[in-house]
Amino acid sequence: MNARLTWPQNINSGDVIKLRLLIQHPMETGYLQDFTGHYIPRNVIQWVKATYDQREVFHVQTSSGIAANPFFEFYLKASVSGLIVVNWLDDLGNEGELKQLLPVK
Amino acid sequence: MSVLSTSKRKLLLGLSLGGWVLGQNTHAQNMTSGRLRSMEEMLRGIESYPRALKTPLETKVKLYIPMLADNGNSVPANVLVDSAMTQSEHVESLYLLSQRNPVLIMAHFHMGPWCGRAEVNTRLRLAGSQKVMALAKMSNGNWHYHMAEVIATESACVEASES
Repeated sequence: MNARLTWPQNINSGDVIKLRLLIQHPMETGYLQDFTGHYIPRNVIQWVKATYDQREVFHVQTSSGIAANPFFEFYLKASVSGLIVVNWLDDLGNEGELKQLLPVK
Repeated sequence: MSVLSTSKRKLLLGLSLGGWVLGQNTHAQNMTSGRLRSMEEMLRGIESYPRALKTPLETKVKLYIPMLADNGNSVPANVLVDSAMTQSEHVESLYLLSQRNPVLIMAHFHMGPWCGRAEVNTRLRLAGSQKVMALAKMSNGNWHYHMAEVIATESACVEASES
């Protein structure tokens, strides 16, 4: 599973920054049929969490009401350079993880 | 339009209507919850919402969503809450609720003073035209909401899948 997390170029301590998170996931609702008329089993992301310097900074519980390839923009108060770890779990039990170092001047 | 004679117009209308009816049949899907929920039903669907509270306040929360969406598969939504996001005054929970989707709660964001700014952006999936509600629970226990109507010309639930 692929994911991408982006943030502004120069971040100073104390800045409130916008993070953009894009996860590659089909988010199958379970209401759609394939061409043979069989329902495609439901498989959506249940939650997405992000920690910054081991503190939780983002947590969303999602359902089939979120579009395929979920996209989130959220804000964060940057203080020190630290690791951002994004985790998510879907209905099939697949866990995803993305680790990125947030550089703060 | 004036070039078309009345009979041609009628024929075209008939053809398009026929096509629409056929399309409805081929796309017949199990959509049990196509009914629009009332605001009370939407609020009752949230566990932590206080039963005693009739309606939340209509201030502080602003939901920006396009008035017209080509289809419900991916509708951008922006929620902005008027809050300083300090330790004493911040948004605790932010819900995005659907009036028509089979699943009421589209997203539930857990927020806190670490956010620095009470704003989120995401892309929703909508089962047709409906009102979307953004509901926020503040740290002082107050609830605020904002509703916006979206016209989606095609529901996300009847679209033939790729694959």
